[in-house]
Amino acid sequence: MARYSLTTPLEDKDIEKLKAGDMVTISGTIFTARDAAHKKLVDLINQEKDLPVNLKGQIIYYAGPAPAKPGYVIGSVGPTTSGRMDSYTVPLLEKGLKGMIGKGSRSKEVKQGLCRHGAVYFAAIGGAAALLSKKVKACKVRAYPELGPEAIYELEVEEFPVYVINDIHGSDLYSQCLNKSSV
Amino acid sequence: MVVIRTVNVSEVEKTVAQLCIEANCSLGIDVIDALNKASSQETSGIGAEIFKQLIENAEIADSEKIPVCQDTGFAIVFLEIGQEVHLTGGDLTEAVNNGVKTGYTEGFLRKSMVRDPLDRANTGDNTPAIIHTQIVPGDNIRITLAPKGGGSENMSSLKMLKPAEGVEGVKAFIIETIRNAGPNPCPPIVVGIGIGGSMEKAALMSKYALTRELGKPSPDAETSRLEQQLLEQINNTGIGPQGLGGKVTALAVHIERFATHIASLPVAVNISCHAYRHKTVVL
Repeated sequence: MARYSLTTPLEDKDIEKLKAGDMVTISGTIFTARDAAHKKLVDLINQEKDLPVNLKGQIIYYAGPAPAKPGYVIGSVGPTTSGRMDSYTVPLLEKGLKGMIGKGSRSKEVKQGLCRHGAVYFAAIGGAAALLSKKVKACKVRAYPELGPEAIYELEVEEFPVYVINDIHGSDLYSQCLNKSSV
Repeated sequence: MVVIRTVNVSEVEKTVAQLCIEANCSLGIDVIDALNKASSQETSGIGAEIFKQLIENAEIADSEKIPVCQDTGFAIVFLEIGQEVHLTGGDLTEAVNNGVKTGYTEGFLRKSMVRDPLDRANTGDNTPAIIHTQIVPGDNIRITLAPKGGGSENMSSLKMLKPAEGVEGVKAFIIETIRNAGPNPCPPIVVGIGIGGSMEKAALMSKYALTRELGKPSPDAETSRLEQQLLEQINNTGIGPQGLGGKVTALAVHIERFATHIASLPVAVNISCHAYRHKTVVL
């Protein structure tokens, strides 16, 4: 298990070295999107229209923040369950998306897509949302403000902590952990 | 002669608003103790690191009054109303929902409710609450607010077993549910289980079990033994904190049981994440 610091946008050389189980801190711009925003993005792709954000080399964080208290950049913001975004993921990888941050297992289709498109799936600590909000230095709505917590937010993060779950070599940290189980 | 106590529903509304904020921002001492205890038991390196961060997260949330988790959940409300209470001043359900609206708005909590499961438009104030009301002896009103995140709720399950499957069948179904859930419900989890009753009674018991003080054993000795056995089995799955491997997959198993039909053996498993949020006030 290695430790790395990465800055977005990600390049192929950043991703090639990552292995399931590595701890990574991410700095730079990342975009939030969850169920409703994903549906809109994939609808645009199907209609061959432009996306509201350029995903090339970027990371999507599966998250819907709590509202910011006065004087705060953002409210608590931890990861949501990634599996709900599985059916929308491959079209976004085809648009150049290089990383996703969430929690929980991905489908076979997504894992294969990561290998094919040279992208990686990270997990942040689910439920450590107050702590993770301290890693966000700026926040603005980039698209779909009508979706409230489900809008696409552009976040400036500093040393945002994540673990590599699925790398480009086909390894899966969750199944490695389960294989060690005694059941 | 029974003296009827009059309570204005505005009291209920104010209490619910306050409970929404407290339950979402400050974990109870039972949860903090359980996290500290589990942290000292966890032998996996990543697991121990995760516990450290969860405890730090709880401290930040409590001191800054920001939610422990961004998913501030369904507002699940258990009302136990004494039969000698006369509620005045308006509609009780409306009062609870107004309390939720105020609490979630003034507390800067996330609004996660959509008005319809198919059209999915956000209601904008986290209403409606999910309200379970019971009439009990006495002249008190006991209000429990237990915010419940969607991620762990989605991993919950219910099955109508055959009576012949017995306790082994019950255990197998519970372990299968936990294994299928894997990392998704944010382990270390708390497992609420309802065994018996009808279908909806089993589901409701499994939810009610998640309002119990964390780790407090069932008062029934046999049920308490079953809770211990299941906790051990769940912690042997290797799922661990956040599904990244380790000894502590669950902090506790809480079981409620009830009479059932000669043909039936319902089992409901309701999973809570480690942010085991529940606060109670007696009016």
